[in-house]
Amino acid sequence: MSRLLRLVPYLHARDQVSLEEAARVIGVPPPQLEQDLRVLFLCGLPGGYPDDLIDVDLDALEGEGVIRVSNADYLARPLRLTPTEASAIIVALRALRAGAEPDTREVVDRALAKLEDAAAGGSPFVDPGDDVPATLALRAELEEAVRRRRQVRLTYYVPARDEESERIVDPHAVVSHHGVAYLDAYCHSAEAPRLFRLDRIHDATVLDSEVTTEHTEPRDLSAGVFGGEEATRVTLRLQPEARWVEEYYTVEDVRPGPGGSSVVDLLVGDERWLQRLLLRLTPYAEVVEPAHFGDGAADAIRRALALYDHPAG
Amino acid sequence: MSTSKTERLLNLLIMLLVQRRYVSKDRIREILYADAPSTDAFEKTFERDKEELRSLGVPIEVGQMDAYFDDEPGYRVRADEFALPEISLESDEAQVVALATRVWEHARLADATTDAVRKLTAAGLDLDLDALEIAQPRLSADEPSFDVFWEATLTRRRVTFDYRRPGYDAPLTRHLEPWGVVRYSGRWYVVGLDTDRGEERVFRLSRVVGKATMSGQPGSYVVPPGIDVREAARRLEPATPPEEVVVLVRPGAGAVLRREATSIEGDVDGPDEQTPWDRLRLPRAQADELLAYGSDLYVEGPASVRDEVVSRLRAAAGVAS
Repeated sequence: MSRLLRLVPYLHARDQVSLEEAARVIGVPPPQLEQDLRVLFLCGLPGGYPDDLIDVDLDALEGEGVIRVSNADYLARPLRLTPTEASAIIVALRALRAGAEPDTREVVDRALAKLEDAAAGGSPFVDPGDDVPATLALRAELEEAVRRRRQVRLTYYVPARDEESERIVDPHAVVSHHGVAYLDAYCHSAEAPRLFRLDRIHDATVLDSEVTTEHTEPRDLSAGVFGGEEATRVTLRLQPEARWVEEYYTVEDVRPGPGGSSVVDLLVGDERWLQRLLLRLTPYAEVVEPAHFGDGAADAIRRALALYDHPAG
Repeated sequence: MSTSKTERLLNLLIMLLVQRRYVSKDRIREILYADAPSTDAFEKTFERDKEELRSLGVPIEVGQMDAYFDDEPGYRVRADEFALPEISLESDEAQVVALATRVWEHARLADATTDAVRKLTAAGLDLDLDALEIAQPRLSADEPSFDVFWEATLTRRRVTFDYRRPGYDAPLTRHLEPWGVVRYSGRWYVVGLDTDRGEERVFRLSRVVGKATMSGQPGSYVVPPGIDVREAARRLEPATPPEEVVVLVRPGAGAVLRREATSIEGDVDGPDEQTPWDRLRLPRAQADELLAYGSDLYVEGPASVRDEVVSRLRAAAGVAS
């Protein structure tokens, strides 16, 4: 039904259209469209006289594969946008606007104003936030490299080691998980598939060389971004101040503890990553088991404190 | 939908659309539902058809046929309410509108955007999907409750949901009149009036536990004028002290801090002589972030940040402060 209400104005605005072309624009296979036209043929003004009906030229349709429709002036305009349609497109444009360079932003503003006009019922109170144009440009560049099967040289920041490193990767896809974008790629330095957070890619150069690996399988991020790698299950006790960890990272299990604390299990792929997390949470988190996983952090805390308590310089 | 039903719906729509005046139920039955075996059967089918048209967005009005006799309802669809208003987009505007179809990474809203664009195409706009290459943002919404809050915001209906606050174990049931939803740092929030507390509140959708449910009639409250949902969500984020923080960092450490630093001074005196030190001036920084660098970083000032770092280290090391 909603398809027919789009079809009539589309055909009405054009003298004649080929079946193929109309099917492409309306978004249905040609046989379905042909069936729709036969329904249309039976519709029209009440009264039942031949002149009252929408005129679909079935001879032209069957003969030349061309659609001609007339006598449907009352359906010359498509139906209004529903509130959901209007909001979805307006919010999408707002997101485009936020990520656009100034000259494109001006174009988006013009389009937005016209659509907000056309969407009766006011504009929705939905704010898609602002993506940083630089991140979007990076994403577009990486997606282009994925499409063209080109290798990329990344300067990537590894928080666990607090260092930037250069590596050549075969980009396979750009994926999102909990609002964070990652490059799913085969890393030639690690000789393994890896996920790279886009906001930690400090530089990317698309190379002329073609990728040498195939995308094994679409990564399912729902199991958490550590899935698949060698990981140790670590149990932490978190004071209330540190409990944001439960939702910021993918935790395996959360159990309530005394005084608003909790005990969580999480999979740790890199011990240095855990050490930095523990330092960050100082003194609100401790390792329950395996106990020696906390030794590195405890040692680092003592050395850091020594800087303040026994300044040598 | 069967062919005969589609045909009937379209005929009903055309009938109501071409009349200036209300069309009586009797006339509708006579013309379009002549084969209904009973009045009951007719009423039932007619009700369903009306609902179906309304769900597509067709504005069916109900009114009195005759000003003097109020017993017979009539129906009509006003052409100006039904039709998409004239909208003419310049070719560059049409290009960005076409791009909008690629923004949503959320099945229902991606479809809604595509439907909207198809209506615009039907209205005569030529949208060329391949013309413009600009960097595109993606909007995803993994939070299971997103759809309910989106819908409730559009229709202004109340929402009841269980919400888990960080640091509390048992979720609490909350009642909200949602004013708007906003995305901030990749996460979605809802802003609205918490009717139990009678105050504005912000909730992070990822903390909603289980199913959120809508209740009441559409339009059951009014969003206070001048509400800035974005500003409200921003207030929720931890306040970062705006003051400059000065730190010493060992060479090779703190790559991220170095990028943020407004100035870097190399080879300065530091708290030890194991390595040289670099002095970084940071526009802002929080103790959490600085603690993560362990003994590769030393806070010079301000005193508030330095004291927090030192007292947290002492607490962890079991040293009385």
